[in-house]
Amino acid sequence: MQVNEYKPKIVAFCCNWCSYAGADGAGSARLAYPAEVKIIRVPCSCRVNPMFILRAFQRGADGVIIAGCHPGDCHYTSGNYFTRRRMALLFSMLDYLGIERERTRVEWISAAEGAKFSKTMSEFAATVASLGENKRLEDLRCKQ
Amino acid sequence: MQAMMEKRAKELLADGTVNRVLGWSAGEFPYDITPAVFETAKELEDAFVYNDFCAANLSKYLVKESRKEGKILVFLKPCDTYSFNQLLAEHRILRENIYVIGVPCYGKADVEKLKAMGIEGITGIVMQNGTYTVETVYGDQTVKAADAMAERCLSCKSKKHVVYDELLGDEGEVDADCNRFDMVEKLEAMTPDERFAFWRGELSRCIRCNACRNVCPACTCEQCVFDNPNSGVSQKAAVTSFEENLFHIIRAFHVAGRCTDCGECSRVCPQHIPLHLLNRKFIKDINEFYGDYQAGADPEAKPPLGTYDKADREAGEGGRH
Amino acid sequence: MQRIGVFVCHCGTNIAGTVDVVAVAKALGQEPGVVFSTEYQYMCSESGQQLMRAAIREHKLTGVVVCSCSPRMHEATFRKAAALEGVNPYMVEIANIREHVSWIHKDMAEATEKAVILGRAAIAKVHLNAPLQAGESPVTKRALVIGGGIAGIQTALDIAEAGFEVDIVEKSPTIGGKMAQLDKTFPTLDCAACILTPKMVDAAQNEKINIFAYSELESVKGYIGNFKAQIRRKARFVDETKCTGCGICTEKCPQKKVPNEFNMGLDNRRAIYIPFAQAVPKVATIDANYCTMMKTGKCGICSKVCGTGAIDYTQKDTVIEREYGAIVVATGFNPIDAKVYNEYGYMDSPDVVTSLELERLMNAAGPTNGTLLRPSDKTHPHTIVFVQCVGSRCDETDERGKPYCSKICCMYTAKHAMLIREKYPDTDVYVFYIDVRTPGKNFDEFYRRAVEQYGVHYIKGQVGKVVEQNGKLHVQASDLLANEQLHIDADLVVLATAIEPDKTARSLGTMLTASMDTNDFFTEAHPKLRPVESPTAGIFLSGVCQGPKDIPETVSQASACAAKVIGVLAKDKLTCNPCVAHSDELLCNGCSSCEKVCPYGAISYSDKEFRGPNRTTLIRRVASVNPAVCQGCGACTVACPSGAMDLKGFSNKQIMAEVDAICK
Repeated sequence: MQVNEYKPKIVAFCCNWCSYAGADGAGSARLAYPAEVKIIRVPCSCRVNPMFILRAFQRGADGVIIAGCHPGDCHYTSGNYFTRRRMALLFSMLDYLGIERERTRVEWISAAEGAKFSKTMSEFAATVASLGENKRLEDLRCKQ
Repeated sequence: MQAMMEKRAKELLADGTVNRVLGWSAGEFPYDITPAVFETAKELEDAFVYNDFCAANLSKYLVKESRKEGKILVFLKPCDTYSFNQLLAEHRILRENIYVIGVPCYGKADVEKLKAMGIEGITGIVMQNGTYTVETVYGDQTVKAADAMAERCLSCKSKKHVVYDELLGDEGEVDADCNRFDMVEKLEAMTPDERFAFWRGELSRCIRCNACRNVCPACTCEQCVFDNPNSGVSQKAAVTSFEENLFHIIRAFHVAGRCTDCGECSRVCPQHIPLHLLNRKFIKDINEFYGDYQAGADPEAKPPLGTYDKADREAGEGGRH
Repeated sequence: MQRIGVFVCHCGTNIAGTVDVVAVAKALGQEPGVVFSTEYQYMCSESGQQLMRAAIREHKLTGVVVCSCSPRMHEATFRKAAALEGVNPYMVEIANIREHVSWIHKDMAEATEKAVILGRAAIAKVHLNAPLQAGESPVTKRALVIGGGIAGIQTALDIAEAGFEVDIVEKSPTIGGKMAQLDKTFPTLDCAACILTPKMVDAAQNEKINIFAYSELESVKGYIGNFKAQIRRKARFVDETKCTGCGICTEKCPQKKVPNEFNMGLDNRRAIYIPFAQAVPKVATIDANYCTMMKTGKCGICSKVCGTGAIDYTQKDTVIEREYGAIVVATGFNPIDAKVYNEYGYMDSPDVVTSLELERLMNAAGPTNGTLLRPSDKTHPHTIVFVQCVGSRCDETDERGKPYCSKICCMYTAKHAMLIREKYPDTDVYVFYIDVRTPGKNFDEFYRRAVEQYGVHYIKGQVGKVVEQNGKLHVQASDLLANEQLHIDADLVVLATAIEPDKTARSLGTMLTASMDTNDFFTEAHPKLRPVESPTAGIFLSGVCQGPKDIPETVSQASACAAKVIGVLAKDKLTCNPCVAHSDELLCNGCSSCEKVCPYGAISYSDKEFRGPNRTTLIRRVASVNPAVCQGCGACTVACPSGAMDLKGFSNKQIMAEVDAICK
């Protein structure tokens, strides 16, 4: 029987210093996570503009995750603290608009935490998959 | 009050303190009021007006006006002074070129509410002791203020002028117990499906006229990202869909921590979308997450998104469902 | 329109084993702007680079996409190769199809599809890339070494040897660190002080080395080549320039009841003290917490007996500011607190000691002048039980212990056992171990001597409980090989407690923005290939702060670290990262939002004239970024409401193009 399994599209913004290296670590250790997760490298989680997240949703992403250094360990001292405030407000707003909160997430993953990277991405992909297709934000999309 | 204001404006023009006056100008109808710059006593006599229909927040006009030659007099209602301070904090206006006169406001009337009550031929309005006396060609009518007041004024956060060079009327007070977050709380109490339905209903009416953005005293960018083809978010034509909330989310985010809750966005929306509920959500969250903060109350205060605390909550923490 | 070349690497079978590299090259060849696409066995090899360079020449490429391993591995390699052919290095983008694809996905179709998408994202980005020019910044030719143990001393000596100035900041009154507390060292059994103190003296006498003992780092700002540090010089209440270290004050001080930290609290020192005879600097320090004069204003004996008038009760902390080109972390370790392992009776009996305490009990300068005596009754112990792995190699659920092996305990316990058997042949010595780990030059031979020549009883098994009974320590243990329970009445129990990074490491890591692992060891830039560098440029790691190691390893790493520091200091100028923020003055509102979130103070404002409508001139306040100071985090780009602030190399448009390519 052919089951057409739904595969979500997930964009992962990873900071260059911790989480991108953590993703590399997951790779080196062969710690699998779903192929739906595609990573975009940014210098710091604070480089992630809410516009990028909305843009991803607009273009068809089903989930967006931002991964950065643990609070206190930011390569740039304070970047992730700003990320935390910005995303706390943005996520709360998405919730307020009735858009599933579970489609967005912030995680702190260090360069040494390949296992955490793999686990986090697997969990997030499963959560997003369980929500199904991004219907609510689909209305946001400008199909071109 | 209008006479007092006009008198002071003429005096300040005459003694050279200012060379222009930023105020409200009457149009064809007494409720048809537009912001205007007056340069002479004659112009003031002809058109200057201040009544309970004068709702516009004049602070934003100072971004351009304060950069012109000479000093300008501006009349600011209590809530406008918060916007003024915020613009000052962001270096958007030049304080030395501005003379601020604080004028009292007891809540502006919403002409559409009056019309809905069947009141026609309006020629003027006077507020006294919680009652609007509406002058019409058919004679005066009295209306309970609460029934005809603009929505934003019903949950007025402050009647205190936070900045002025001169104050006409009495000093007002901040209303710490105002009910401005009631509707936000009501929405928060809904299920996500209900909230989604609510916002889809509201935002799908957006015609992308940009009135909200153009009136917003926090939206003073030299060029808005939505007008800049290089920003990657500019859109050409509006689409008649919920798509518009991308615009509104980004706009609300751009003014988060900067919005003084003056309510102009909702006032000017031709589609009556309660846009202030987006801004108020951010304000309420900021208060809850990072401690009470009123943009514009203190121009020296650190903006909530320009600072952090190591013990801040995590993104998504304490969220519903 | 860019002319883009795509190069897909097989990485042997690392990539090609899971990703259909031919299909990827073919698919990406169809993308707009791609004029050449190929795959090759090893793109990073000399011939792979030659292939790329030939393609750049032949196809007049303006942009390059390499689908290969992580950019953290070979981005620099490919950028260099492109630059040799006149293509700006920042026109090269890497699609990570090894760490992020082939190594984590097993299904070839799935992995190939993902590789193509990542390749498309890189192509989309390259389309919007612009050539970037790296600026230069000067280098302050002085290094800061934080920590004055053997690691810090060795690093400082080597840097000074190369002709550069070094400051050592040590928080205790003397340099020397843990090694100064050791009795003998394995596997040679030479005395620790005999080999350490000459190095301490060398450091003190080297005119290139400044020792700031009894000092702490207060703050660090800046970046590689240009750090500014504030150092708090704690008040010793003794003028360092006048004190001759004669020690009369320390003999006359009436406050005799101060636990002596150098001897692990096994005896007492005075309120004014010199930690040990060979201390450097050899200067007395008043412990204000115990000094009667400082507490009550009555005493002043030290001041009276001091021949040089060095005592100054009113001395205050001073904060000095120094500039550095590189910073070395050499903060070392401490044994964990044995209190938490109360099953071994550490809190109940003074005769349960840690290994570091035993070092002091065996040392000639220790509390017992080198005669091994029980702390409780000062008698010779005849039965001694060593417990290995106390707090080391614990599983994740054990919150008291550490998951890692502390590495040095097996060897020092063999040393202790051997020395005791040598000096007191009438003593029975038992060692309970999980495994005996002795890799290292002459290490296993050393351990075998302990077992074979000195007759130390090594028992594979764990000690369950130590209970004090009638002056004896009743040890309950299991012998796993004989599969039996053992009961030993011991006179002394020695715990090989795990070592952990110094408590100051975590806050220091934050101050330096140097990353750490969950155990608070500093993370190296690459675990194998860059073991002495922190990922943060200009921060280097020396000694145990990076992970457990013994003295020979520490010294090797310290010298390696010095070589890396010298590499920085030898340069007159450093190339800056060109991926910095940039403000579009036409869009800038001058609102200061960006300035507030910049951690480096790289943004400044000025009033500039702009052309207004109808030939008027407008003066507007606009931001500008100092590219030498900006480190390129991008915090400002999001704070900016108008989109005036953007980040070179990671621009809004570039990232959105990647988003679009991935979400297509």
